[in-house]
Amino acid sequence: MEQQKKVFGLAALFDSPDSIIKAAKTVTDKGYKNFDVHTPYPVHGMDKAMKLPPSKLGYVTLTFGLTGAAIALLFMYWTMSVDYPMIIGGKPFFAFPAFIPVTFEVTVLLATLSTVIGMITFFFYYPDNSHPIHDTNYMKSVSIDKFGVCIEATDSKYNEEEISKLFADLGAKSTEIIYFAEKVDRKIFEPKFITLLIVTASIVSGVAYIHLNKILYLPPFDWMMEQSRVNVQSMSSFFNDNFGMRTPVKGTVARGFLPYEFAGVNEPSSPLANPFFPSKENLVLGEKKYNTFCSPCHGNFGDGDSRLNGQFPLPPSLHTTKAREWQDGNLYHIIVNGQNVMPSYASQLNIEERWAIVNYIRVLQRAKNASDADIQEIKKESVKNVSR
Amino acid sequence: MSHDNLNFVKKELPTGFKNLGLILLLVGIVGGTISFFLNAEQAIFNYLLAFMFLMSIGVGALFLISLEYVAGADWSTPLRRVIEFSASVIPYLIVLSIPILLNLHTLFHWSHTDVVATDKVLQGKSPYLNEMFFAIRVVVVFAIWGLFYFLFTKNSKKQDITKDQKLTSINIKLSAVFIPLFAITASVAAIDFMMSLEPHWFSTIFGVYFFSGSVLAALSVITYATVKLREGGYLHPKMVDDHYYSLGALLFAFVNFWGYIAFSQYMLIWYANLPEETFWFLARWEGSWIFISLALIVVHFLVPYSVLLSQPAKMDSKKLKFAALWILFAHVLDLYWLILPTFHGESNFVNTILGFSFIIGAIGLVMLLFYFNAKKTNLVPIGDPKLEKGLNFRL
Ligand code: HEC
Repeated sequence: MEQQKKVFGLAALFDSPDSIIKAAKTVTDKGYKNFDVHTPYPVHGMDKAMKLPPSKLGYVTLTFGLTGAAIALLFMYWTMSVDYPMIIGGKPFFAFPAFIPVTFEVTVLLATLSTVIGMITFFFYYPDNSHPIHDTNYMKSVSIDKFGVCIEATDSKYNEEEISKLFADLGAKSTEIIYFAEKVDRKIFEPKFITLLIVTASIVSGVAYIHLNKILYLPPFDWMMEQSRVNVQSMSSFFNDNFGMRTPVKGTVARGFLPYEFAGVNEPSSPLANPFFPSKENLVLGEKKYNTFCSPCHGNFGDGDSRLNGQFPLPPSLHTTKAREWQDGNLYHIIVNGQNVMPSYASQLNIEERWAIVNYIRVLQRAKNASDADIQEIKKESVKNVSR
Repeated sequence: MSHDNLNFVKKELPTGFKNLGLILLLVGIVGGTISFFLNAEQAIFNYLLAFMFLMSIGVGALFLISLEYVAGADWSTPLRRVIEFSASVIPYLIVLSIPILLNLHTLFHWSHTDVVATDKVLQGKSPYLNEMFFAIRVVVVFAIWGLFYFLFTKNSKKQDITKDQKLTSINIKLSAVFIPLFAITASVAAIDFMMSLEPHWFSTIFGVYFFSGSVLAALSVITYATVKLREGGYLHPKMVDDHYYSLGALLFAFVNFWGYIAFSQYMLIWYANLPEETFWFLARWEGSWIFISLALIVVHFLVPYSVLLSQPAKMDSKKLKFAALWILFAHVLDLYWLILPTFHGESNFVNTILGFSFIIGAIGLVMLLFYFNAKKTNLVPIGDPKLEKGLNFRL
C-alpha cells in the first residue's frame, strides 16, 4: 500500500540551530536544488547557508510604490488643477506641498499591499492546505522544537539511499519519507452538500427578511413635498402677520444694485470720482457698451449724428466744450439719471460698464481734439505697426 | 565566553591620526581667532554653527547609547565604544559655550532690554528669554548630559574589568530615566541656541527637528568611524558585514525621519500662512538663500535616500562611508541654513572663508577625543554580557 503512494521527498530532523545551518550548507554544497528548511523560529544566517539569492520582492515594492506616487500626483493634478480647478485657502491650483501627504500615503499603501499580495502569490504560491508535508510527524516536530530539512523528489540528484546516508552523517535525529496525500474524490453535486446549501441559503435569507422587514422596519422616506420650511409666496403661521416671505432688513442692498446718491438731482455740484482706471480691458468694454447703447443716438464717434432718421430728437455733440470740461462724474450722472428726453440707462448698464463708457467717451473726445504731441505719438505707433 | 573575548587585541590608533586631528584643531583655533578679530559678529555666528555641530554629534550619540540599553539591542554592543567616544564631547560643551554666553548681545535680539521694552511679543516671552534664565538653562542642560555621559561610560568601562552584569542593568535603568530627560533638554537646547535667534518666530516641532538632525549626525560619525576602524582591524575580529546593516538601516530611517519632520514643519506653516510664522521661511527664500533651501531637499534627503535605499547598500562599506560623510556635510548645511540667515551684519569674503575654520576645528576636536579615548579605553566593551550575542548577530 505504502509503495503505491507517490513520494514527495525525504526529510530529516535536527536538534539545534547550529546543526541545521551545517546541514543546509552541506546539502547546498552537494548540489541539491529542490529542498527547503523548516525551523520553529527564524534562524539568522540561514539565507547564506542555503545560498539563497537576495529576494526580488523589493522590486515589486519599488515598482508599486512609484506607481502609487505617480497615480496620486497625476490624479490630484488632473482633478485639482485641470478638470475642476478650485481655490482652496488661497493656495495655487497645483498646491504641491498639500499634495505630498496624500502622495506619501498612496505610495505607502500601494507599496505595502503589493508587497503582501506579491509575497503570497508569487513567492508563497498561495496557502496550500493539501501540501504533502502537512500532517506529518516531520511538520509537527519542526513547529515545536526541532529543525528540519526536506529534499524533494523532483530534485535531479534525488536518491533515497544517498540522502539517507548524508543525513545520518550530518547527525540527523530521524529521517522520514514524505508521500503525497491520496486524492480523495469529493463530488460537488453530492445530495448532502446540496441540501446543506439550500438549508443555509433559506435560513440566511429568511432571517434577513424577518430582520429587515419585520423587526427593524423603517418607513421609506417619500414625502419630499412636506418639509418643515416655508415655501415662497405662501402663508406661514410662524409670524404674526402670516406672511411667509419677509421684507429685507432696513438698509439691505441687493447685490450689484448699489444705490446712486444723486438719483433725481439735476446736476450734482460735486459728482462721484471715477474709480476705474482706463485700462485696455476697460476701454474695450466701454467701446462695446457705447456702440450698443449710446451710438444709435449719439453716433459712432459722439458727433450727435443719430442713425434714427429723425424719429427721436437729435442729441448734442459730445465734443462741445461743456461736455469736455465736465468731470467724469457728470457724464456718469447722465447715464444713470438721464437728461431731459434722454432716458436713464441705469437698468441696462452695471456700475463698471457705466464708468467704462465714460472712459471711452474721454477717448473719443481726445481723438477729436488731438494735440500735436498726440499726433506725433500716433504716427510713431503706426510706423511701428506697419514695419511689424 | 571569555575565550572569545581573548580574540580581541587592543591596538592604539596611529599617531598620524592624532597629528591630523591636532592640525585641524589648530587650524580651527587660529583661523577662528583671526576671524574673530576681523569681524567679531560674523565669527560668533560661525562659532555657534560649529558649537551646534559638536553638540548634535555628542547628544545624538548619548541618546543612541541609552537607546541600546533600553531597547536591549545587542547588534550594536560590539561597537558601543565607538558610540561612547562620539559622545565624549559632552563634558566640554559647557566650556565651549562660554564664547556664546559672552556674546549673547551679538547673537540674540531678545537679550537687549531696550528692544524688549518696545516690543510686546518679546515682553511676553521675556520670562523665558532673559539672560539669567538662559545661563541657568545652559548649565542645567549640560550638567544633565554630562552626568549621564559620566555614569554610562563609567559603568561601561568598569565592566571591562569586573565583567559585572549588574552594571548593565544599572545602565538600563539610567537610560530609562535619561530618555524623557533627553527629550526635554534637547528641545530646550534647540530652542535656546537656534530658535531664539529669531525670537518672534516659533515652531512646536523645532525640538524634534533638531533631534532628527542630531541623531543623524551622530550616526554618521559612528558609521564612518566603525567602518574605518574595522577596516584597520581595531574592532573585534568576529564582527561581520551584517553589523553594518543596522547602522545603514538606522541612517536610512533617520534620513526619512528628518525629511518627514522638515516637511511637516514647512507644510503646516505654508498651509496656515500666518505672517508671524511664514516670515522665517520667507527669509530663507530670499536672495541666494533659496538655493540653499532647495539644495537641502536634495542634499539632506534625496541623495542619501537613494544611496541607502537598497539592502546591499546598507552593508556596503564604501557606500556607507560615502553616505556617512555626505550626511555629515548635509547636517552642517542644515545648521548653516538654520543659523546664518539671522546674521544681518556686515560680511566679507575673507571672513566667510575663515568661517569654515570653526567647523574644521570641530572635526579636529572630535578626532582628538577619539584618539585619546581609544588610548585609555578598549575599543570593544569586552566585559559586556551582550557582547558575544552581539558578535554572533547575523541577518
Ligand atoms: C434714444 C437716443 C439716445 C441714446 C440711446 C442716448 N442718448 Fe444721450 N442724449 C440724447 C438726447 C436727445 C440728449 C439731449 C438731451 C437734452 O435735451 O438735454 C442726450 C444728451 C446726452 C448727454 C448730454 C450732452 C449735453 O451736452 O448736454 C450726454 C453726456 C449723453 N447723452 C450721454 C449718453 C450716453 C453715455 C449714452 C449711452 C449710455 C447715451 N447718451 C444714449 C439721446 C440719447
